[in-house]
Amino acid sequence: MTTPLLYALAGALLCGIGLFGLLWLRHLLRKLLAFNIMGSGVFLVMVGLPQHQSGPDPVPQALVLTGIVVAIAATALAVVLIRRYYHLSGMSSLEDEPSPRGDDPE
Amino acid sequence: MMRALQTLVMALACLAFTGVLATSIWTISGNPTPVNLTQLLTENMGRSGVEHPVTAVLLNFRSYDTLLEIGVLVIAGIAGISMAKTASLEDPAMRTSDSLLYALQRWFVPLMLVLAGYLLWAGADRPGGAFQAGAVLAATGVLMRLGGSPMEFLRPGLMLRLGLALGFTVFLLVAVASAIGGDAFLAYPPGMTKALIVVIETVLTLSIAMVLLALFVSAPVNDAEDPEEGAPS
Amino acid sequence: MVEWLLDGLLVLALLVTAVAALWSTNLFRAVVVFMAFGVLMAVAWVRLHAPDIALAEAAIGAGLTGVLLLDAVSHLGSHSLEVQKQRGDRQ
Repeated sequence: MTTPLLYALAGALLCGIGLFGLLWLRHLLRKLLAFNIMGSGVFLVMVGLPQHQSGPDPVPQALVLTGIVVAIAATALAVVLIRRYYHLSGMSSLEDEPSPRGDDPE
Repeated sequence: MMRALQTLVMALACLAFTGVLATSIWTISGNPTPVNLTQLLTENMGRSGVEHPVTAVLLNFRSYDTLLEIGVLVIAGIAGISMAKTASLEDPAMRTSDSLLYALQRWFVPLMLVLAGYLLWAGADRPGGAFQAGAVLAATGVLMRLGGSPMEFLRPGLMLRLGLALGFTVFLLVAVASAIGGDAFLAYPPGMTKALIVVIETVLTLSIAMVLLALFVSAPVNDAEDPEEGAPS
Repeated sequence: MVEWLLDGLLVLALLVTAVAALWSTNLFRAVVVFMAFGVLMAVAWVRLHAPDIALAEAAIGAGLTGVLLLDAVSHLGSHSLEVQKQRGDRQ
């Protein structure tokens, strides 16, 4: 058990939390947050596991760097889509329910 | 009742997923790696043209990934802009014009521009590079936008198209040129490696900042101003 | 020993902020906690000897994502009652 392995296992847990949130939450922005947390978990596994085996490894680090930039672009596009959907339908969740859980207008 | 059952099934599935993932990580961590990438990298660092290993991987050894990545970004940017109403792209009166934000902006924007330039320049031999510089540049643009700067170049037109496509085009041109010159796709000609990497990093920075800023700006503003589009009929 | 304590606390804080970001009652608070999660991720990258990713995460996770999501929350929140009323009128 080394420090990078601890982070890799934390990444696995974050993946699980994110997946559950993605499936269970109704509000689209919350689903987006869950998706981002799942992505962070994947990045932690990708960097932590090789580092546990053979020290700091620049190759997965470069790949994760690329992944982070693609993730922010995907998040921004998702926000545009969610706002467009809300603009057209007046709903902030996919199901046809009048008030999704946790939709607190604050 | 239905909902509770559904939640239980989902929770069990996610627990099983996490358990399998953690077990496989634990198992893999015990085995030695078949290929030592770090050693391969340190052996070939001399040929990469830059001193920082992460930059070398991004822009030389695995530059194919970076090319595809900027392609994905350009597609996302185009999709975001096509989703926007022209009004929100052209809107001259911005969302907020707070005097505190304006004062802050006068201090922060020059500082952040310098920081972006430094990060780009530092990428050759220490942590930094096109991605970080692009993110900082985009953040500068967002700050200027929130503070109410006009930002002429974000209107639909030549500048926007040029800024979005610049990074991908230059990168692709270099790749195709080396392929036509008889070398492999994306293999830089020897002797010009460093210069080409610096040029590509600069245009990548501009393009990444432009895509992220365009995606931020193109979010539809609100439906109070044009009720006819808000009607779901 | 101190390093293990630091890593353990950091991992614990990551998991707690992740859960809090997803299950907080208020959407605005959820986004703010998510920004805190981004900052903690940046610290985690430093602990994993990946300064490049730490820089990118600090600029993106804490800055850009936060602004984007806060903007979206203010947009989705401020008009929801009005739209509900309009939909009610139309039906």
